[in-house]
Amino acid sequence: MIRESLIFEISDPGKPAFALPALDVPEAEGLLDGLAVRSDIPGFPQVSEVEVVRHFTRLSQQNYCVDLGLYPLGSCTMKHNPKVNEKVAGLAGFAQAHPCAPPETVQGCLEVIKSLEDALCEITGLQAFTVQPSAGAQGELVGMMLIHAFLKSRGNPRKIVLIPDSAHGTNPSSAHLCGYKVQEVKSDPTGRIDPDELEKAVTEDVAALMVTNPNTLGVFESDIADIARIVHAKGGLLYMDGANMNALTGIVRPGDMGVDVLHINLHKTFSTPHGGGGPGSGPVGIVKALEPFLPTPVVVRRGEALDLDFERPRSIGRVRAFFGNFLVAVKALAYIRTLGPWGVREIAEISVLNANYIRKSLEGIYDLKYDAPSMHECVFSDKLQKEATGVTNLDIAKRLIDHGYHPPTMSFPLIVQGALMIEPTETESKRDLDGFIEAMKAIDREARESPEILKAAPHHSYVRRLDETAAARNPVVRWEKPKNP
Amino acid sequence: MVPQNLRYTKDHEWILADGDTATVGITDFAQKQLGDVVYVELPAVGTVLAVHQTIGTIESVKAVSEIFSPVSGEVVETNGRLADAPEAVNQDPYGQGWIFKLKLANKGDLEALMSDSEYETRLAGLEH
Repeated sequence: MIRESLIFEISDPGKPAFALPALDVPEAEGLLDGLAVRSDIPGFPQVSEVEVVRHFTRLSQQNYCVDLGLYPLGSCTMKHNPKVNEKVAGLAGFAQAHPCAPPETVQGCLEVIKSLEDALCEITGLQAFTVQPSAGAQGELVGMMLIHAFLKSRGNPRKIVLIPDSAHGTNPSSAHLCGYKVQEVKSDPTGRIDPDELEKAVTEDVAALMVTNPNTLGVFESDIADIARIVHAKGGLLYMDGANMNALTGIVRPGDMGVDVLHINLHKTFSTPHGGGGPGSGPVGIVKALEPFLPTPVVVRRGEALDLDFERPRSIGRVRAFFGNFLVAVKALAYIRTLGPWGVREIAEISVLNANYIRKSLEGIYDLKYDAPSMHECVFSDKLQKEATGVTNLDIAKRLIDHGYHPPTMSFPLIVQGALMIEPTETESKRDLDGFIEAMKAIDREARESPEILKAAPHHSYVRRLDETAAARNPVVRWEKPKNP
Repeated sequence: MVPQNLRYTKDHEWILADGDTATVGITDFAQKQLGDVVYVELPAVGTVLAVHQTIGTIESVKAVSEIFSPVSGEVVETNGRLADAPEAVNQDPYGQGWIFKLKLANKGDLEALMSDSEYETRLAGLEH
């Protein structure tokens, strides 16, 4: 095992990373009484340029990213980030625009925001969008705030938000942060919402149902129209978590399903970098009735020109500094415009095809608790391997690292014990999918023939299996200088 | 076999009544499903509880789950050792891993809970 030292551990006192020419004028004394002179930062690492470069290059090589290989992290849509998007976002007019510039000097930037909002309206069937939210969870919160403001304007913001047990984990938190009491709706034996159960739960205290469609089992809520009707009949709103939009683009529009509020993730469906490489962006779309409550400022067209509208008395206010993660919006628009309408449709077609190819190839080898048709991801479990030799989803995931793949999402959704949630996205070719399927088959054979190899995996990574329990029970989040070096 | 002297909930909590007070924890099945427990959020002493009210959370390497009160009453004691040794929930769920004690508001609440044999039947139905 190669242990990469922390940068603090390779620090040597007095070692600089720069060299200034010798001072050739007399040194001034007592300028500004020394107030503006920076003193040393205690403990700041003192390393040379080459040490810094090597340290961070080595760390980057220990990382796994979608540019290295298949990254089937279910519900995260880890697709390829086309490099042309970076080039467009790097144009000086975008990258160097000042966020406080007067609107007439940044018409191009405002055009990007407006065009992206319009494109998202067309793709989702909703009537207006805000691109302010920084990522999905903030999008959810903003969506719930819009629902709260809308219902309050009608006299009663209501008390309860219903959330299916197959929903994304952040949904309950977002509803709770907005002051709502969360009530769970159980899924039926096929993993979907049962309209009869829902009908019993929906009262005039219910502000909204938060639904993820397809849900976290990768199953399409085929009763979505009925679900919308049931919620609307009691005056509630339908919120859709659009994290799984990759299964739907260009095929079906949430607005047509009866969805009132939706957030989508540009860093999932629209190919902008995800995770540490982000930042993210979680635009929120709404039906017309909620438009007065949108966060300010709103980009509006006045004659030929675009302007920022701050005069919106019913707005929930600003939710993010400036215009959200603007360069992410540039990349997402570049992606949508590169693909065009038929290309956007192909996202859904190929991602669903890829997930089903994996499902069919591994069905019977890995257990599928729910056999409803899969959309863009499929959820296996470790049941068969666990019953045979006690190998768990953790062991399978760790062994996949040895085969050069990122592990799938594990132990989620909670309604599948030992879950392995696999989302290949449309990025992968048949050759790459076959490689992954072969690895999964090899791991199954190993689970039966020599489970001890899996129990100790990974074997070929920079670090071997870490004690995740000890790390969680006793997290050490800060380096401390040894007392006696 | 689950202990015979306890009552059980569908959320896999157990309760041991002793006069006016009762001790609550999670079952062996629950701790196995959760995996290694890393943190238990305990209710404050004096909290008044309704049946099935959320009283805290239990966090494992896999998931965060809510702990519900099986009965109504008032919290009189919590298991302080879980702060430093949450693994007690895994190692001894029916003993050292107890979570809180409460003063029963209504002994009748216990009647609505499952007996050991009813709970075992339920577990048998929850394959995997």
